Amino acid sequence: MGLGVDFRNTMARRAAEEIRNGMVVNLGIGIPSLVPNHLPKNMLVMFHAENGITGMGPSPEKGMEDENLCNAGGFPVTLNQGGSYCDSAISFGMIRRGRVDITILGSLQVSQQGDLANWIVPGKKVPGMGGAMELAQKARKVMVLMNHCDKAGNPKIVTSCTLPLTTKACVDMIITELAVFKVTPKGLVLTELFPPYDIQQIADKTECEFSVSDAIRKISY
Amino acid sequence: MENPFGKITTLEKVMEAFYNGMKLMFGGFGGVGSPPTLIDGILEKGIRDLTLIGNDTGFPHIGIGKLVSQERAIKVIASHIGSNPIAGKLMHEGKLEVEFSPQGILAERIRAGGVGLPAILSDIGMDNELVAQNKPHFFLGGKNYLIETALTADVSIVYAKKADPYGNLIYDKSARNTNPLVAMAGNITIAEVEEIVPLGSLEPDEIITPGVFVDHIIPSKGVNWKWAWE
Repeated sequence: MGLGVDFRNTMARRAAEEIRNGMVVNLGIGIPSLVPNHLPKNMLVMFHAENGITGMGPSPEKGMEDENLCNAGGFPVTLNQGGSYCDSAISFGMIRRGRVDITILGSLQVSQQGDLANWIVPGKKVPGMGGAMELAQKARKVMVLMNHCDKAGNPKIVTSCTLPLTTKACVDMIITELAVFKVTPKGLVLTELFPPYDIQQIADKTECEFSVSDAIRKISY
Repeated sequence: MENPFGKITTLEKVMEAFYNGMKLMFGGFGGVGSPPTLIDGILEKGIRDLTLIGNDTGFPHIGIGKLVSQERAIKVIASHIGSNPIAGKLMHEGKLEVEFSPQGILAERIRAGGVGLPAILSDIGMDNELVAQNKPHFFLGGKNYLIETALTADVSIVYAKKADPYGNLIYDKSARNTNPLVAMAGNITIAEVEEIVPLGSLEPDEIITPGVFVDHIIPSKGVNWKWAWE
C-alpha cells in the first residue's frame, strides 16, 4: 500500500478509528465525507448536519433523491432510524452545548498550537465561515484531515498560521497522507506514520518542530 | 378553502408588501427550504436595493441566489456565500456589502429578533478579527462575551410543507432549517406553502410554527430550479 493507492480513503479509515458506538459526529465536505464508509456495519453513529439533521444516512440511490432532504453541502442524503430534524438554532445548540463528540474538518493550515485556518484565502476566496467556527470551538474533539502540503508543496502544518484563523488552539488531531499528529499543550506529537514514509521525510514536509511518540505506530491497512 | 382569518392570499396581492430598499429575511439553506414562488415574484416586480438576511446566498440560479445574481441586493447578512460565486464577485467589486456571521450565531440573532430580545451574548469567534470587530464586549461570570445584536426584517419569507388557514406551519425534513426562526423575525411574515389544509386538520402537537407569527399564506408553484446535484 503506497500513496498511489487511494490515500484519501486511508486517511478516512484512520479517522474512523476514533469513532465509537453512540457518538454524535459532524463531517465536513471532501475527505471527511468518506469516513462513514470505514465504520463497522453494526456501529450506531448519529451523523449531525448543520442544517438540522441528526442521524444522517448515506446518499440515496439515483432517482430516489428528495430535494427536501439534503446535507449542509446541498446534496441529497437519507435519514437513519432514530434520526430527527430540527431548526438551525437547535442544530447549533447541540454543537455549542458540547453534544457533538467529534467534528472532522478539512483545513488550509494548522499550527503547532492547534490553531485552525480554514475559512479565508485573502484576496482570493472569501466564502464565509459557515458553521466552522462553532464546530471548531465547541465540538468535543476536533480532527483535521488534510493533505500534508498544499499544491505548491508548502507545508500546511506550520509554526504559526499565515492565513486568517478560524479558531485558536482548537485542533486535537491531524491526519495527513503521511502521518498522524496529536496536538498537546507542549506542541505536536507524531504518533503514527503511513509507510513508506519515515520520520525524516515527515519532518522535511512539516514547517514546525514536533516530538515523536515513544510508541510510534506504523499504520498498515 | 375557508379563509376566516383572511391570511390566505395570492402572489399578486402579497407583492404589495415588497418595496425597494427594504430589509428582507428569507428561510432556506443552500436553497433548500427557500420559497421559489415569492423569490420569482420579487424578481418580476423589479424590487432592488435589498438588504437580505439569511443563512447563505444559495447558488447562482437557486433560492435567494437568483436575486443576488441579478444584483438586486446591496447588502447581505449571511454565514456563507461560497456556493454562489456571483456573490463573491459582486463583493470584491464593491457592489455588494457582506456581513458574515457564524452560522449558529446568525440563527440565534434571527431567533432573538423573532422572540423580542435585543441581543445575545456569544463566545463564538471572540479571537476572530472579522467576527469580533466593532462589537461591544460584556463580562459575565468572569468571562468575556461578544454582544451579538438581534436581527429583524421588514418582511420575512418562508417555505413550509403545510399551512392551515391560521398560518400554523409544518415543514418538510431538512427544508425546515432556518424557516421557523425567520418566520418569527419579520414585521410581516409571508409563508409560501406546498399545501393549504383545513383548520383543525394539522395535528396540534406537530405544528412547528404557530400561526401567530404568520401574516399571509400563499400556495407555492413549487421549485422551478435545477438542483446542483441534478
